Amino acid sequence: MDVIWFLVLSAFIFCIGATGVIVRRDPLVVLLCLELMLNAGNLALIAFARMHGNQAGQVFALVVMVIAACEVVIGLGIIVAMYRNRLRIDVDEMSELRG
Amino acid sequence: MSATDYGWLILAFPVVGMLVVSLGWRVLPGRTAGWIASLAIGLSFLASVGALVDLQDHPHDERSLVDSAWTYVATAGVDVDMAILIDPLSVFMCLVVSGVSFLIHVYSVAYMGGDRGYARYFAYLNYFVFSMLLLVLAANFILLIVGWAFVGAASYLLISFWYRRQTAVYAGIKAFVMNVIGDVGLVIAAFLLLDETGTLSYAGVFESAGEAFGRNDGTLVAACLLILVGAFAKSAQLPLHTWLPDAMEGPTPVSALIHAATMVTAGVYLIARTFPLFELAPTAADVSAIIATATLLFAATVALVVTDLKRIIAYSTISQIGYMILGVSVAAYGAGLFHLMTHAFFKALLFMGAGSVIGAMAGIQDVDRMGGFRRAMPFTFVTFTIGALALAAFPLTAGFFSKDEVLAFALNRGGGFVVLALVGYLAAALTGFYAFRMVFRVFWGDPVPEARELEGGHVAHGAPMNPMTGEAEDTDVGFPGPEHTVAERSWPMKAAMGPLALLALVGGIVGVPALTDTLETFLEPTFEDSRYIADHPSEGAEWAGLGAGGLIALCAIAVAYLLYVRRPGTTLRLADRFAAVHRFLVHKWYFDELYDAVFVRPMATAGSFGRRVVETEFVQGFIVGGATGIVRAGTSLARTIQTGFLRGYALMLLLGIAALSLYFLISSA
Repeated sequence: MDVIWFLVLSAFIFCIGATGVIVRRDPLVVLLCLELMLNAGNLALIAFARMHGNQAGQVFALVVMVIAACEVVIGLGIIVAMYRNRLRIDVDEMSELRG
Repeated sequence: MSATDYGWLILAFPVVGMLVVSLGWRVLPGRTAGWIASLAIGLSFLASVGALVDLQDHPHDERSLVDSAWTYVATAGVDVDMAILIDPLSVFMCLVVSGVSFLIHVYSVAYMGGDRGYARYFAYLNYFVFSMLLLVLAANFILLIVGWAFVGAASYLLISFWYRRQTAVYAGIKAFVMNVIGDVGLVIAAFLLLDETGTLSYAGVFESAGEAFGRNDGTLVAACLLILVGAFAKSAQLPLHTWLPDAMEGPTPVSALIHAATMVTAGVYLIARTFPLFELAPTAADVSAIIATATLLFAATVALVVTDLKRIIAYSTISQIGYMILGVSVAAYGAGLFHLMTHAFFKALLFMGAGSVIGAMAGIQDVDRMGGFRRAMPFTFVTFTIGALALAAFPLTAGFFSKDEVLAFALNRGGGFVVLALVGYLAAALTGFYAFRMVFRVFWGDPVPEARELEGGHVAHGAPMNPMTGEAEDTDVGFPGPEHTVAERSWPMKAAMGPLALLALVGGIVGVPALTDTLETFLEPTFEDSRYIADHPSEGAEWAGLGAGGLIALCAIAVAYLLYVRRPGTTLRLADRFAAVHRFLVHKWYFDELYDAVFVRPMATAGSFGRRVVETEFVQGFIVGGATGIVRAGTSLARTIQTGFLRGYALMLLLGIAALSLYFLISSA
């Protein structure tokens, strides 16, 4: 199968993820969409690795997974903290990072 | 061991002592710190003796040894070695400095016993002696300047030793600033010499000075005058003398150290060391002689009216240093250095005696409050009187031979120097008078309550206070300690004053004209290239001078006896009669007021102008304010983008990456 199909799928998933991050206000869904974006990247990496016939891309994909796991831990931690503090579960409410 | 090895040892002992005392201040019990420091200086003195003995074994014309440890500075054109010079002059200075300093250390062991800063005091003291020894042993101008600046720093530390006393801190600052003026002069002089001769070592400069400069060459005269600025600042000559009386704020042994062994003699040493330059530039030497004479007269007149015991001795120091500088300026190097030595003995002795008296007075220094200590303090009385006799040049004491030697040489030069010598004799009369003014006012007359208390076997203890301002002080660290010590009660003080009294009496034996002349013969190898070496007053002239000097001293002492013992109160009437003169002298010829008006006030005005206008309006308002205004305006746009909405940031990030990707795609296609 040609590598182009994998890349099209990857781009497709990435766009879904990106749209989700921008459009949705629920932090849990935002995190899910981030995962989508990362995994789209993974898919592209593995596709290219297969095309070139070496393992470097696959190793990178593993690294990205680890980073994704870390990011989820932190993100979920923030969501739990928001819940504990009885804040509204809404990313637009957290706008203190203003200049 | 060779003489130069001894030279390095002379320097090493005080450094080791300083390090041990300053690092071990917490663990050294009792007076150990003082004894360690004294031992260090004592060993340094023994090393000086070793150097002397070894130097005497060398043939007459090979008594100038240079030893270099490492290259201190290596640059294009200038190589300066960490080198010491051992010759009769430097060995002589080392002997005087380390010997007298050792006795002052021993004295301090008891005198400073009750002070909370005991170890700090001895660390400073060792550092001071090390600096002075470095100064006299240096073989080039760079090391000389290093030692010179060290001495200035050490004097600052010791004068403001009681650092919580406001007046002491101000006095330290004053001494340091005055000394820095001298440092700058010396540094510029070294630059000029380097520029013309291409080297900075003494030997190199003196050798090539003859070719590089003609007689009274403009550059050379300038360099010599700048050297004089340095020498005058350290030796407290006009017009840079005002720091020295204020330096009395330090502990009394520090005054003894500054005045007798170290620091103020540095200027005399410097002129003697650079004598080949001054002989090539007689104009500068003449300027030096004239200023020295003016100084010795000025200081002697002020010493007549000052009432602070330590300040009387301080002004006498300025005056006596004037004699020394006059001596070395009229090419009487042996005589000038002879007076340096005898002065070190009797001046250290006078300060030690004064310290003992001040101890008995529980810190009071005003002679108006003193009197009648003769019976209460017999030891102090005898030694102080010996010191005063030597200061007054009483016949056959040490000061008698040395002072008249200087004046005999000045007379012998003829011409205008005769006037200088006559002024010197006039000041000698004043010297005899003020020396015994101290003795008669402190030890004669009715015993004051403190003296009676001491006769009853108890040292007076007043409330601690600043003798200058009368402010109350406590006895915590940074203030004088609670104890008052008199020589009669503590053997280290006696042990220090005894030998000095002996030396002040018989120290002149090394320079009796035509009989011994030991010192002059010893120093001759250093000065044999002097063009005035044969220009020696005849024996008859010297003995005539001695006779005249002795007569003057006796008359002056007699007048003092008449005024203070036979008819007390006469001086008060005199002061009333000549109120204007008296006021002029009490204000020390208005030098401090003059400097205040000429330098301090304009500086303070300029400073406050700078702060109010330049700093506030221009720097803060215009430069700083303008810069922040520009940045603030420029960033206001960037700030509006920072909305705080996470989704907005994500969108911007995506758009940015998309734009970048597009750019690279298009540019790579």
